[in-house]
Amino acid sequence: MPSLPRMTWDRPHLLGLEELTRDEIVTVLDLAEHFTHDSQERRKKRANLAGKVVVNLFFEPSTRTRMSFSLAARRLGADVLDFSPSGSSTSKGETFIDTAKNIEAMGIDLVIVRHAATGAPHLLAQHLQAGVINAGDGAHEHPTQGLLDIFTIRQIRGHLDGLTVGLVGDIAHSRVARSNIHGLTKLGAKIIVCGPPTLVPRGIEELGVEVSHSLDAILPRCDVINMLRIQFERQRSGLFPSITEYARLFGMDSARLKKAKPDLLLLAPGPINRGVEITPEVADGPHSAILKQVTNGLAVRMAVLHLLCGQPEEMA
Amino acid sequence: MTQLRITNGRVIDPSQSLDQVADLWIRGERILGIGPQPGLVADRTIDAAGMIVSPGLIDMHVHLREPGREEDETVATGSAAAVAGGITSVACMPNTDPPLDHQAAAEFIHLQARRAGNAHVFPIGCVTKGRQGAELAEIGGLVEGGAVAFSDDDVPIVSAEIMRRALEYCRMFDKPVLSHAEDLELTKGGLMHEGRESMRLGLRGMPAAAEEVMIYRDIELARLTGGRLHFLHVSTAGSVELIRRAKNDGVRVTAETCPQYFFLTDQELRRFDSNHKLNPPLRTQDDVQALIAGLKDGTLDVLASDHSPQAPEKKLRELDQAPFGIVGLETLLPISIKALLEPGHLTWPQLIEKLTIRPASILDIKRGTLKPEVYADVTIIDPAAEWTIDVSKFASKSRNSPFDGVKVRGRAHAVIVRGGVKYEQIR
Repeated sequence: MPSLPRMTWDRPHLLGLEELTRDEIVTVLDLAEHFTHDSQERRKKRANLAGKVVVNLFFEPSTRTRMSFSLAARRLGADVLDFSPSGSSTSKGETFIDTAKNIEAMGIDLVIVRHAATGAPHLLAQHLQAGVINAGDGAHEHPTQGLLDIFTIRQIRGHLDGLTVGLVGDIAHSRVARSNIHGLTKLGAKIIVCGPPTLVPRGIEELGVEVSHSLDAILPRCDVINMLRIQFERQRSGLFPSITEYARLFGMDSARLKKAKPDLLLLAPGPINRGVEITPEVADGPHSAILKQVTNGLAVRMAVLHLLCGQPEEMA
Repeated sequence: MTQLRITNGRVIDPSQSLDQVADLWIRGERILGIGPQPGLVADRTIDAAGMIVSPGLIDMHVHLREPGREEDETVATGSAAAVAGGITSVACMPNTDPPLDHQAAAEFIHLQARRAGNAHVFPIGCVTKGRQGAELAEIGGLVEGGAVAFSDDDVPIVSAEIMRRALEYCRMFDKPVLSHAEDLELTKGGLMHEGRESMRLGLRGMPAAAEEVMIYRDIELARLTGGRLHFLHVSTAGSVELIRRAKNDGVRVTAETCPQYFFLTDQELRRFDSNHKLNPPLRTQDDVQALIAGLKDGTLDVLASDHSPQAPEKKLRELDQAPFGIVGLETLLPISIKALLEPGHLTWPQLIEKLTIRPASILDIKRGTLKPEVYADVTIIDPAAEWTIDVSKFASKSRNSPFDGVKVRGRAHAVIVRGGVKYEQIR
């Protein structure tokens, strides 16, 4: 196993990509690069997080993010606790902060939190001694998803500078969109957000992005398209007339794909609504990096965990 | 009867266009007069050198939570907070449980206020039974019970027909209808102002238009009926402009705003602290400028706090779970001084007018003046006192203030209610 480079990092929490500098993002990406080798070598475990306790505090359902964090922490030698709100004291009326404080009192080094409320991880960071990783807060940020999207693009295309990335779909309710925008713009990519005006918040141009309402118009210009999921659980009703009409205007199918650059890279943060945002043959086709993203997610999360509370190699 | 002399103070009483250093004499519960009173001997003299002697301040928009939510506030604790903030009269909102929609409920508030013996408390009655927006409450009975104005408070009257009839019916008693202007469909699920900050934070927004469409509707209904209409907590530039035009047209409309809306903006939400979660929400710097302009030119008549106590465990929640609102009785005066007087937007007489005779005349109560024979409610303000707002020292039962830690200058030095000294800051 190759030894890890020394990295400079002084943040106790990872709450969003908006507050990270370009250099900090590159630090995570470079470290993740080392961990991709670990993923390929399977069972080999490192000991950088030996003796550390990491808790998954997920107040919203999640499959891949939660599993990815758990596996990443175990690969680094940490003990991992899982908390789910159903059947716990939150269903008896305990507040979010009390729940977290009680769990912390058992001796926790790092809390990975997902919550429907924007700012919930920030609230924990203010009230806990432990480090906090935001695994998705409301429609605000999902920094590790943003990082793994960026990592995947850099891995396949070799660079980010000068690339045009289309973020397509439900921008308004997407935390993945915000993390992508903050991260990608810092690394020199050009971003076009594309969706119906009811799903694109007004004034988003000031984040340094171009706005379009026609996927067909932007498709030939894009090097990468990230197809965002319709956040049915976060929306109010009536934002578009029907799923059929949405799929016709903003869904990715083989016919539409013909208008794209031949080397278009297609991402989707998942879970995808198959047949809505993306048809099965495209999702499983040659442009798609969807499964690659999942694999890279592990390496990126190992990098983040290591930066926040890992021991340097020689001490491990 | 005891005679109290307040001497050497700068007496500012906008109801009489008065601003001069003079003696103020109180006999028993009432004002005796201003200036030398030959032959009179004071039982007690308060030296107010360097101080401002104002009619007792009025806050016409507070929530005392009693009956029903005594964990947040009671008439006793809320009226004590008023006095600590230099306020001698409050009008309290009817969104209690049960709501103040019948005579006995209004009389209960008077009874509790008398028992507490702090500030005067004037109940605001419901416009509709149970605040359901369907049928008018017994407004005549409520007036009999001492209600001074009518409002369904934070439940806007959705039906334009009911609002129209309320404005018409209240004319019979010459009472104002107080409007919380909000289109509930446009704000549904919203947590903050809709704009650049909500876009960044991914928080559901409450657009300025949600307030403005209802302001426009209610102005037209006041124009139609000739009723008296007062807008609560005006927060947007568009609202100020609509009210300005209505006043020019002679519509019987008045309006208030609150310190939070001209001192803070939606950028505060970046801290995810629920003490910045308000309804209406904190707006933008442009709105702040427009509110200040509206206060200067008289479009906005009144400064009020919208005191909305919430017990700490309710506010220490995720942003979407926490209730709206902040306490304000103890910060209304100092934040108004800091945001309006210190930068030179308003003079002392202009500031005091919006805290005394303007709300008194809207509510038609004999308060907010130092004219002879009225109850002796006096606020002596030390304009030089420098202090830091500290929620742990609040007399209110609740602590939900966004102003904790703000350094301010000026505070109530002594507060006299009905001739009795209720509060005195030790120098």
